[in-house]
Amino acid sequence: MQEPPPAVRRRSGINELGHPTALRYVQIAVILTVLTTIEIAVYYIHSLSKILIPILLTLSAIKFALVVLWYMHLKFDNRIFSALFLLGLIIGGSILIAMILLIRAYHFY
Amino acid sequence: MAAIPLPDHSHALEHVEAPATTGLNHRKLLMWAFLGSDCLLFGSLITTYMIYRGKSITEPINPRHVFNIPYTSVSAFVLLMSSLAMVLALAAIQHGDVRRMRIWLCATAFLGMVFLGGQFYEFTTFATVHHLTIQGNIFGTTFYILTGFHGTHVTVGVIWLLSLVAGSFQGRIKQKNSLDVEIAGLYWHFVDIVWIIIFTLVYLVPAI
Repeated sequence: MQEPPPAVRRRSGINELGHPTALRYVQIAVILTVLTTIEIAVYYIHSLSKILIPILLTLSAIKFALVVLWYMHLKFDNRIFSALFLLGLIIGGSILIAMILLIRAYHFY
Repeated sequence: MAAIPLPDHSHALEHVEAPATTGLNHRKLLMWAFLGSDCLLFGSLITTYMIYRGKSITEPINPRHVFNIPYTSVSAFVLLMSSLAMVLALAAIQHGDVRRMRIWLCATAFLGMVFLGGQFYEFTTFATVHHLTIQGNIFGTTFYILTGFHGTHVTVGVIWLLSLVAGSFQGRIKQKNSLDVEIAGLYWHFVDIVWIIIFTLVYLVPAI
């Protein structure tokens, strides 16, 4: 497939090196700031206390994904890098979930 | 005595940047493998904190009575902005602008130091005002070990960034080896994403 012309690439937020442009980096930072502000606001809204944890976890996951995909370039880099990182992330996350469920199920503490 | 001929390693140096059998750069591959393994470290530390949260038998027990959310929110924001400065440093060196790269690297390191200063103040306040110490109870132990390890990572990152700035003055950081900055950036962003998780799970998710 033919490479898109430079003007098209710039409009899509990607520079000639296949990485995001400075403008796209700033746009991501603005989104991250807005999400962090929402996180903190939600924490203080008492009427949302019943769904606070799912909201916080979702916002946190979006922030995490934005940094990993755009700032760490996993969206543009080779899939082997993603596989290496995801392997550790999935094992680490699984340990967290498994241990919490185990401790709760058997009332160890 | 006959002189023993020394092996010639010059050919080996030529292959330092050679791609692995995967066709990828060795150093970048190694960094991603390291970050994957660091997920396990922080995964286990966060797990330990979560399991023991609210289980202390001595005060302080409830993290809500100890944490200062507005203050930590500012720290989280500072670290997020340091990630922006880091990617702008990378964008600068990829376009051959060493001067701008230095400015953004210094900004990243400065924001990292602001974060560390904030963490030091936070730890001091917790210990003196709330009597939360590393040996006091299980909450203190798990909290300080988790956030302390993260702070250590930030410290290593700041030293790394400043060494890149120093290297640029010696002419070692140029457009052709922008990968040096990219790899340091990967480490720095990892420190940032770990804090995104810690900020949510440790500070915002209610304990009791």
